[in-house]
Amino acid sequence: MTGLVQQERNVVVPGEVLAEGMDYLPGDNTYREQDKIYAKALGLVNVNNRVVKITSLAGPYLPRAGDKIIGKVVDITMSGWRIETGTAYQAMLMVRDATMRFIRKEEDLTKILDIGDYVVVKITNVTSQMLIDLTMKGPGLHKVSGGRLMKINAQKVPRVIGKQGSMITLIKERTGCQITVGQNGRVWLRGTAEGEMKATVAIKMIEEQSHLEGLTDKIGKFLGEAPKFEKPVTTPQEGGEQ
Amino acid sequence: MTKETDQLIVNTQTIHELIKTGKRLDGRSLTDYREPITVQTEVSWTAEGSAMVQIGETKVIVGVKLSLEKPYADTADQGGIMINAELLPLSSPIYNPGPPGMKAIEMARVLDRGIRESHAIDLKKLCITPGEKAWFVIMDIVSVNDDGNLFDAAGLALLAALKTARFPTVKEDGSLDYKNKTEEKLPLLKQPISITVLKINGALVIDPTAEEEFSADARLTVAVDVNGTISAMQKGGDATLTLEDVDGMVGLALEKADFLRGKLE
Repeated sequence: MTGLVQQERNVVVPGEVLAEGMDYLPGDNTYREQDKIYAKALGLVNVNNRVVKITSLAGPYLPRAGDKIIGKVVDITMSGWRIETGTAYQAMLMVRDATMRFIRKEEDLTKILDIGDYVVVKITNVTSQMLIDLTMKGPGLHKVSGGRLMKINAQKVPRVIGKQGSMITLIKERTGCQITVGQNGRVWLRGTAEGEMKATVAIKMIEEQSHLEGLTDKIGKFLGEAPKFEKPVTTPQEGGEQ
Repeated sequence: MTKETDQLIVNTQTIHELIKTGKRLDGRSLTDYREPITVQTEVSWTAEGSAMVQIGETKVIVGVKLSLEKPYADTADQGGIMINAELLPLSSPIYNPGPPGMKAIEMARVLDRGIRESHAIDLKKLCITPGEKAWFVIMDIVSVNDDGNLFDAAGLALLAALKTARFPTVKEDGSLDYKNKTEEKLPLLKQPISITVLKINGALVIDPTAEEEFSADARLTVAVDVNGTISAMQKGGDATLTLEDVDGMVGLALEKADFLRGKLE
C-alpha cells in the first residue's frame, strides 16, 4: 500500500503514520523510517504537493537565526549580557551588538541594560551546540520600557501575526496599541490602559481559537465598530503560515 | 544564572502606574474579585470532606481527613487540628518539588491560625476518651494553579471542605471504616474566612494576580467570622503599614468576607 494515510488537517500524535511508500517527502515535524513517514509532533497534517508536514499545535520555541524575540536580562558578564529567551538554551548579547555608542572599559554596563530588563532582540546565530547569539542593533530592536508583556504559546505566534501581518495590524489599528510579537511567544504591548487590555484579550482569543476558521472576522467583531479598512476577500483560509 | 522566576512575566512598572489611577492590568477595580468564583464540594471520595475553589485562574483543592489519635498531654480532653499546604510545581513556575517552602509553610500557618484562634471547631466535642482517644482533623491544601491570591482561595476551600466533612464509621474493634461515612458532621461553631489585602504603590488592593503579588509592597491577611470578629491577622511583605493602612485593610477585609462567604451558598 502506498500513498497518504492521513487527510489534510487531521490531528495526529507523535508516532502516527502519515504516508506510506516513497511518493511523499517528510517535511517539518515528520521523519521517515524505511518506507513510512511518521509524525514527530502533535499537530495538524499539511500536504503541499509531495511534501507532508505538520503544523505543530503546542511545544516549546526552538531558536532560529533571524528570529525577532523578546528576552530578559538575567546576568551581566565582562563583555555583555546573558539573556533568558524562554528556550532551554543560553543566549548572549555582546556589548558591541547592544549599542552604537563607544563603551569605555570601566563603564557600568547596568546603565545600558540591567538585570530584569526586557529587550527586543534578533537572533544572529545559533551554534550546533544551541548557543544563541543576539543583536540589538537594527530596526525595531530596543530595550522594552513601559507597557506590558504577556506570554503566549510560541506555536501560535504565526496566527497572532496573521498573513502578511493582517491580524496584528487589525489589533494595532483597533486598539491604538504598539505591539511587538517575539517569535518565542512573548508579546509586548504599549498603549492606553483600555487599549492594552482589549489587545491582551484579543491575543488570548487568537491563541485559544487558532484552529477555527474565520478567526480574523471574529477578532474584528470582538474589537468592535465598523472596520476601518476592507479585509482582503481573496484569502481562502485565515492563517499565518508563511 | 537563570532562576525559576525568569519564566514568570511581572509588569511591575505598569502595575504601579495603573494603580495610581485606580486601574489594574485586567481592568478590574482595586477592590473587585476576579470572575468566576466557583466552589465545588465533595470532589474527592477518599477524603471525609473536600472542596475545589476557583477564583479567576487560581484553583485550589482542600481535603479534610479524620483519624483517631491520642490527645496531646496538655489538652487531654480535646481533639486537634492540623493544616498542611502543598504548592505543586505544576501550579506555578516558581514552585519546586521537595519539602514545603516559605510560602507553603506561611499559608498553612495563617489558615491554621484562622481556624484555631476563632475556635471554629469545638475541639472538646472531638474527644472520645480524655487522655486516650480523640478525633484529629487533618486538612491538606493543594494548589492546582496559582495565578495569585492562593490565600483567599485556600481559605474559602478550607471552610467549604470543613462544612461538608462527615465522620467515618467506627467499627466494633475500634478501627475506622473510611469507605462508609456516617451522617455526622464536624462540630463547627464559627465560619472564619480569611481575606488578603495588598498594599501596592500605596493603594489597597483585593484579590491580586500572581503578577500583582510580586509587585506588592506589603500584605495583610485578616480572618473574620460571620459576626465580623477578627480571629487572626498576618502581615507579609517588606514595606511597613501605617495605622490608616491597617484600618483600611481591616475594613475592606470585613466587607469582602461577607461577599466571599456568600459564594458558599
